[in-house]
Amino acid sequence: MERKVVIPGEVIISGEEYLPGEGVEKKGNDIVAIKYGLAEEAARLVKVIALSGVYQPRRGNVVIGKVENVTFNGWMVDIDCPIGAFLPVSETPRYVSKDRMTEVLDINDMFVSKIMGVNGRGIDLTINMRGLGKIDEGIIVKINSNKVPRVIGKEGSMINLIKKETGCNVTVGQNGLIWIKGDKIEDELHVRDAITFITEKSFTHGLTEEVEKWFEKNKKGEKKKVEKEGDEE
Amino acid sequence: MTTKAFKRPDGRELDETRKMTAKVGVVPNADGSAMFSFGDTIAIAAVYGPRKMHPQHSQDPEKGTLRCNYNMFSFSVAERARPGPNRRSMEISKVTEWALEPIVMIDQYQNMVIDVHISILQANASTRCAGINAAALALAHAGIPMKGLVSSVSIGKLDKTLVVDLIKDEEDWEEGEGATDIPITLTSDGKITHMQLDGKITGKELKEALQLAKKANKEVYEVQKKALKESIKF
Repeated sequence: MERKVVIPGEVIISGEEYLPGEGVEKKGNDIVAIKYGLAEEAARLVKVIALSGVYQPRRGNVVIGKVENVTFNGWMVDIDCPIGAFLPVSETPRYVSKDRMTEVLDINDMFVSKIMGVNGRGIDLTINMRGLGKIDEGIIVKINSNKVPRVIGKEGSMINLIKKETGCNVTVGQNGLIWIKGDKIEDELHVRDAITFITEKSFTHGLTEEVEKWFEKNKKGEKKKVEKEGDEE
Repeated sequence: MTTKAFKRPDGRELDETRKMTAKVGVVPNADGSAMFSFGDTIAIAAVYGPRKMHPQHSQDPEKGTLRCNYNMFSFSVAERARPGPNRRSMEISKVTEWALEPIVMIDQYQNMVIDVHISILQANASTRCAGINAAALALAHAGIPMKGLVSSVSIGKLDKTLVVDLIKDEEDWEEGEGATDIPITLTSDGKITHMQLDGKITGKELKEALQLAKKANKEVYEVQKKALKESIKF
């Protein structure tokens, strides 16, 4: 079935064989949308992909957060979502003494973490894994969390293209915060412009090719500068 | 309804609404937003949230909260309105909340609040209806789970004639029995979520008014549906 835009209360498809997924409800034989977005059917599972709204945390998501408060057993973290997040001391890679917690992460420090679990009371985070931990340098940009899949692309095609073209290290948090780290600030800003371009054109088919073209068009001025400086070295 | 030739001040048919326009995504900083207009009446709704309810003592651990705020800009009417909340706007805020609550599925948003801010840019009667229509669109645009949309329209009784979508001149009708204003909000499957009545009407006429509202709300719904569907371009 081709993707189509549905509005709340609209019947997407009728038939007993279909199963309701995310953003839909089963009413008798009808599958009814309860969210505004793109309806999709795969292996008889019907779901609606939301296009707007706030970030919905899920287990296993990699997110970028900011320390709001340091308590005796962990850190309170703001990950840009309605429920508060918590990083316990036990989830750090090495032992942290209670009076040295601010040395690891202080208030307003930002870090990459993974969601361990979501319950009614809050979100539990961990940094006890490879690639997670405090952010020391680089820039952070914020996009709509629903556009994160576009920035990553199919099997990471888009993000790999950006990394290849700019030579920057890019970490995309599922909550819409993106950490860009490159050797030069110009490279980092170039990535930011590319991401802005992707979010603006997020409904285009074959977006990766569009972005390739964008890099060709916009790289020239940048590239000269980069090459020159590279030669001097 | 064709007993005698009744002329409306702006020459519309009795069951004809003003030109309706709707657009979503008009407030860039909001999580969802929409504009809806009936002719000169223009309403903008912006939705923020779900977010943590503050202050903490007003949190509801059972389900989420829907909080509406209706505001008329001081320049929206012919004579400058004193800005800020007043008796009328507080009442309409509450009524809008009740009109929207049955369709918004907020059970899963414990301790959270969804804020809906409705602003009237230009007013020529039916502002609460335009506000509710815009708010329903904005809530959908914000990705909030809903059972459906609601559409709202005002039905009026001018002397003895029932008409759809009142304007200010009709609201101030003085001939015969005067004017009765009945804003009605319905879900897309015809269930009433809100009805108000200001004036005098018989039970039989009220039933007739409801039938008119059902017909007019279908048109409103189509406009809303179109606005949501057309805001995404591939």
